[in-house]
Amino acid sequence: MNYINFIVPELFLAISIMILLIVGVFYKNSFNLIYKISSIVLLGTFILLFTLKIDDSFHLFNNSYIIDYFSSFMKSLTLLFCIFVMLVSSDYIKIIGINKIEYPILILSATLGMMIMISSYDLILFYMGLELQSLSLYVLASFNRDSYKSAEAGLKYFVLSALSSGLLLYGCSLIYGFVGSTNFDLIAQNINHESIGSIFGVVFVLVGLAFKVSAVPFHMWAPDVYEGSPTSVTTFFAIVPKVAALAVFIRFLYVPFINILDQWQMIIIFISLASMILGAVAAIGQNNIKRLMAYSSIGHMGYALAGLAVGNNNGIQSTVIYLSIYLIMNLGVFSCIFMMRRKNIFYEDIKDLSGLSKNHPIISFSLLVLLFSLAGIPPLAGFFAKFYVFMAVINAEMYTLAIVGLITTVISAFYYLRIIKTIYFDEPKELFELSHNFGLKISLALSTLLILIYFIFPSILIDLVSMIKVI
Amino acid sequence: MTNIGLGHYLFLAAIIFIIGIMGIFLNRKNIIIILMSIELILLAVNINLVSFSIFTEDLTGQIFSMFVLTVAAAEAAIGLAIIVVYYRSKGTIRIEDINSLKG
Repeated sequence: MNYINFIVPELFLAISIMILLIVGVFYKNSFNLIYKISSIVLLGTFILLFTLKIDDSFHLFNNSYIIDYFSSFMKSLTLLFCIFVMLVSSDYIKIIGINKIEYPILILSATLGMMIMISSYDLILFYMGLELQSLSLYVLASFNRDSYKSAEAGLKYFVLSALSSGLLLYGCSLIYGFVGSTNFDLIAQNINHESIGSIFGVVFVLVGLAFKVSAVPFHMWAPDVYEGSPTSVTTFFAIVPKVAALAVFIRFLYVPFINILDQWQMIIIFISLASMILGAVAAIGQNNIKRLMAYSSIGHMGYALAGLAVGNNNGIQSTVIYLSIYLIMNLGVFSCIFMMRRKNIFYEDIKDLSGLSKNHPIISFSLLVLLFSLAGIPPLAGFFAKFYVFMAVINAEMYTLAIVGLITTVISAFYYLRIIKTIYFDEPKELFELSHNFGLKISLALSTLLILIYFIFPSILIDLVSMIKVI
Repeated sequence: MTNIGLGHYLFLAAIIFIIGIMGIFLNRKNIIIILMSIELILLAVNINLVSFSIFTEDLTGQIFSMFVLTVAAAEAAIGLAIIVVYYRSKGTIRIEDINSLKG
């Protein structure tokens, strides 16, 4: 069984989770130790992923698990951002008092679930990975037990996410029944346009997946959960599960459902348009910066899905580039939110940022760069991300998507610029306490730098992504 | 007497599924009912899977339904735990009172 070699990263992560649970039980107050070991375990998994030779695609375990360049790329993205999220949130967790050993272990098991989702090539395995991820995320969202907001966020996330898993599962059962198999290859061969049952199944699966990426008709959980959960969990929610959900979205659309492209293309175009419009309009009236980032993430997922509607490898690659750059920007903005702290109280409103430039010029400059980039202003990386997506969309002659995308970009620039105006032109408030956390500083500096100098070396990311071939 | 075929089972599953969805959206009183509705949805899926598995003579569906059963149990446990956490901080589990997050 040399197949085992290919799943060494997953095995390593799974065994580490079990060992860490035992360590946590036997040592009292071992949060710091477990938090550090968890970060090292993630780093170890990341390194193990690179020891695999992935010059071809390998189908393991009766063709239910796939290791190819796409899955390895998405897994390394997941792990890398997970490490950074762990780095930026370590201070916050201790200050608001959620430093319990379960926290890092839940993050690890959610990551394991995402890795399984990304590599799955069979409906059963996909569902198990998805549930491992979701069950960990339910608990994480309600992790701050003393805050009623966190409990409410967890409750809302649980109800809506369980509903969407149910819809997705019903879709899986219909596909299994009308196509006759749970394997992605066999589904691709046997699915046909005429069978109403399998089309129903496809629609149900797409609804479930759209919920996971918080695309528009199924976005209502995102703002509440982002606002209510502890900021460390919000950062995790805003960054890491997006990679896995979008990877699964790509895999589903382009492997099992590729032969009924004309059936799902309209659905994806509609979801994408609706997300772009709602993300741009609904964020205007927000005062809480976490809530604003939730609406902004809905809009950005709309742009990412626009690349998927195209239906060729070009579109997939533009979506993956968009996702990578968007995650870097998001990491930077959330690092700034972690810095808004006075005497162990974290501030979350936009008006708390007023006059930040007088007191903290460096943080304000980073925020300026990141917000300009989110708004898509050249020559920052966010502009290029949108540029690639729109190029792919225009090459496929889908002009509606491109036009609506451009208009909503302009509208959404309003609320990003409003924050910049608050930072640079409003009356200064008290100083924020400067954080001495090395991880926080390094991730803010790194993300700002990457966004700033992306236009000098765009080929690095493009070369990495252009090797992705899902079809 | 008509024979009971695949269509009857699928119809039963669809009805249970719709009852589950309606239970989540129309219910205005208690969160426990939502938890029960989620279980109903998963049970409808199980009926679907098992009947498909029998009528296509393929075992995969029955294996799938075993996995769904385990996940449903785990989900119910976590759901109840979250409801307990919510009740401790808020003192009520009436749905009308879940409104502190909006905007």
